[in-house]
Amino acid sequence: MASTQTPLVQKSSIPFYRDERILKIIAQVVSTVVIGGFIFLAVINFRNAANARGLTLTFDFLKESAGFPISNPPIDYDPTMTFGRAFFVGLVNTLLVSVTGIFAATILGTLVALARLSSNWLLSHIALSYIEFFRNIPLLVLLFIVYFVVFGNLPVVKESIVWPGPIYINKRGFYLTWPQLTESGTPFVIMLSIGFVVALVVYFLLRRRREISGQDTYYLPVSLGIVILSGLLGWVFSGGTPFQLSTPVLEGFNFSGGLRFTPEFAGMLLALSTYTAAFIAEVVRAGIQAVDRGQLEAARAVGLTTMQVLSLIIMPQALRIIIPPMISQYLNLTKNSSLALAIGFQEVFSVGKIVINQAGRAVPVFGLIMLTYLVLSLLTSMVLNLFNRRIQLVTR
Amino acid sequence: MRKSIALLTLLVAFSLLLAACGAAEETAAPAEATEAMEMTEEPGETEGPAPAAQGGGILDKVKSSGKLICGGRTDLAGFGMLDADGNNEGFDVDLCRAVAAAVLGDPTAIELVPLTAADRGPVLQTAEVDMLSRNVTWTASREAQWGNFTTTMFFDGQGFMITKDSGITSTDEFDGATVCVTSGTTTEQNLSDFFRQNGMSYEAVIFEDTSAVYAAYEEGRCDVTTSDKSQLASVRSGFADPDAHIILDITISKEPLTPVVPHGDDTWYDTVNIVMFALINAEELGVTQDNVEAMKTSDNIKVLRLLGQEGDWGYSDLGLDADALARAIAAVGNYGEIYDRYMGPNGKSFTLPRGPNNLWTNGGLIYAPPVK
Repeated sequence: MASTQTPLVQKSSIPFYRDERILKIIAQVVSTVVIGGFIFLAVINFRNAANARGLTLTFDFLKESAGFPISNPPIDYDPTMTFGRAFFVGLVNTLLVSVTGIFAATILGTLVALARLSSNWLLSHIALSYIEFFRNIPLLVLLFIVYFVVFGNLPVVKESIVWPGPIYINKRGFYLTWPQLTESGTPFVIMLSIGFVVALVVYFLLRRRREISGQDTYYLPVSLGIVILSGLLGWVFSGGTPFQLSTPVLEGFNFSGGLRFTPEFAGMLLALSTYTAAFIAEVVRAGIQAVDRGQLEAARAVGLTTMQVLSLIIMPQALRIIIPPMISQYLNLTKNSSLALAIGFQEVFSVGKIVINQAGRAVPVFGLIMLTYLVLSLLTSMVLNLFNRRIQLVTR
Repeated sequence: MRKSIALLTLLVAFSLLLAACGAAEETAAPAEATEAMEMTEEPGETEGPAPAAQGGGILDKVKSSGKLICGGRTDLAGFGMLDADGNNEGFDVDLCRAVAAAVLGDPTAIELVPLTAADRGPVLQTAEVDMLSRNVTWTASREAQWGNFTTTMFFDGQGFMITKDSGITSTDEFDGATVCVTSGTTTEQNLSDFFRQNGMSYEAVIFEDTSAVYAAYEEGRCDVTTSDKSQLASVRSGFADPDAHIILDITISKEPLTPVVPHGDDTWYDTVNIVMFALINAEELGVTQDNVEAMKTSDNIKVLRLLGQEGDWGYSDLGLDADALARAIAAVGNYGEIYDRYMGPNGKSFTLPRGPNNLWTNGGLIYAPPVK
């Protein structure tokens, strides 16, 4: 009894300022008050400042007619439409350049990383110079070089460079011959989409069977075959002409027809993806090098081919390390797209700034811009975090 | 739990930002006369702004800080540029210098804040500048949203510039053209109106930075560029080969370029306005930079009033001294002298006939109420 009583006595004799439980509660309360008070003050301060300057904080103006043009809107837009629509056009442009940029940068970055790790001295040093060059110049400088120096010195429309295809390249952009869906093309698209879904299901089913039985089920060629077959079927159903080649033709000032990339979009995409690829290359290299060397040696020892070593042993383990820093790179790319302002690509920030000016509403529009980037970033990291959770090592 | 912490961190960061913004605006833009009354109701606000603002008003703030913060530009020859020594000069800059000379007695006591076209509205709304003199077109919506427009100092209109090689002779041939234009301007709205009105299609290439607009145009990204005609003339003068470009004879809009002051300070508005009146009246009365001292003993009563030698032109009500306007004229000259310095027959930047910017007595539109 005596031995159990002693600690009880001691405990009650601890002064409150040394009692861990009480201290924890105090810390919680203090930090809540500090943070809450700070937020409160900030909001009050902000509201007063806005009132004092007569700045309205409503979003009604978004329904008013915009009155300003947007260059090459990706979706239907003309100046009679609303400020809200204009902002949305900017958002679509941001998404376009970010998504294509992320894909391009990932592919390029991975290739550069593999080249960097190559045992070929020349290849690995070319990759090294690429990384060091693009990682160490500011993106804005790169943008100006690409847009004003490189694209600005392309020939004028009438003296366009012609590449087989034909692809026309001039100061006004890149014009590609592009298959355009005809009116009878709908069955083709439907068949192809069905084929895609079926192929995907078959792929997973066959792969699972192989994992269980250990026998090769040729899941890749089979599913690819399904896609091709459905495409051919669709071709027949649509009467043989689901597509029509649309060739760029010089009409008046510019080419029309075909697929066109404006210098603004192309410049943005090129600069963003080459710049980010340099960072991604380092992330990928770090991931690959972090896989224990023993894994590689063991894989070789059991007789796997180089491709199998890479795809079955190295990459799955490297991905676990690569994904988290990759998320940051994707977020950076998305946010860096706001530099497009400098070269006249009208994404959400540059349209937002015009709205601010033409509608005279700085605070709500800046709020909207911040919200847009916040949502984009959170969405990106959510998707990648889900993916990351799937590929993490399952420990039992 | 982890998510809520992240959320909280986010909120804190956001509010920090807001607080910082609020605080910055607070010091940069002291309470103005009309708002001072509202503010006394809220005790938290009284301690805020710098002591300069205690008396309210931009005039007092300018006097106590000893400099005039002027929104301008450094990239447009004739209006706002840098000279060989890196000093700001130009038509718009001289208007600021005139105000600085009148209020502070020193035309060099300006702090010129270079702004893009799209930044002009927000800096006025938050009163980050005391005065905006940067090719601002006076429009009804800007008057309502931005600030108080003083007196139109340059009557302009929007035109089109094309290359000689393009073979275009009139705007009728513009269908399908690519047009380079500056964002956040009346120009971009007029452009869209013009093409809509005439049922023509066009491709706009839009930059925020004026120099980027003309760099892209000169490189051939666009067939056409459009802006106020004075700006086109100015830019063309800086091209590698000015003769290869033509400014078409058509004018598609009214662009009254006018200095602006922030909303809510009547005294300051009056002060800037009267300085502008004085520059115009000085030309009308033949008072120049060189003869302003001599004219103080002129036998023309109007001149004596303008130069503060006889009667009060209102200076005592504004808190200025009698000599203020004479100092402004001595610093930058009269309206015609300012114009000719940059855009006259022997102008530093380029030559543009005065046209509507002649005095009303010479068939132009430049007219100011009498200073008396």
